[in-house]
Amino acid sequence: MTPQELYDRMKTVQEAKGYYFNKDKERTFELLEALIANKENYGYMGCPCRLLSGDKELDRDIFCPCVYSVPDIEEFGSCYCNLYVSQEWNDGKIPHEYVPERRPPEKMPY
Amino acid sequence: MSQPKVKMYSLSTCSHCKATKKFLGECTIKYEFVDVDKLEGDERKAIIEDVKKFNPRCSFPTIIIGDTVVVGYKEKEIKEALGMS
Repeated sequence: MTPQELYDRMKTVQEAKGYYFNKDKERTFELLEALIANKENYGYMGCPCRLLSGDKELDRDIFCPCVYSVPDIEEFGSCYCNLYVSQEWNDGKIPHEYVPERRPPEKMPY
Repeated sequence: MSQPKVKMYSLSTCSHCKATKKFLGECTIKYEFVDVDKLEGDERKAIIEDVKKFNPRCSFPTIIIGDTVVVGYKEKEIKEALGMS
């Protein structure tokens, strides 16, 4: 799969839910390429901004888009990686704060 | 004034880590980094333990600037720790 194919596929699905790709295309495509690399290396599209364990079951909560992206976009307008954001974040109507790690430490299998 | 020693624990895939490397490069700051996702086996375990000493949540990037630990690409904090602001 190419980054463009992944972009097109996810865009339709995610925009229907009110989540948008970061309008910074360079950043977005860099992350999409990283997701594809993770799929090749680990067998699943785990979050590129977190250390993957290599165990699919243990990392299920951080399959992109991760379960934390919903509350993160709700609170900060962006997911941890700045890949998925709200329309307001993209429009610059809310500040681009650094999104802190929400994944509980006990979920980290290392 | 000499530059404090800068060491970064990063991931090769992480956008914040890439942005931090780019920023440090643009500021011509000398730094060492380890892409933890590229390590395997015991070496990986040992480095993860090192990261946890500085940042128990083991998130990336974890940047050590002199005696200061900065978690995440926080430009203001990085500049302050480097004495640039």
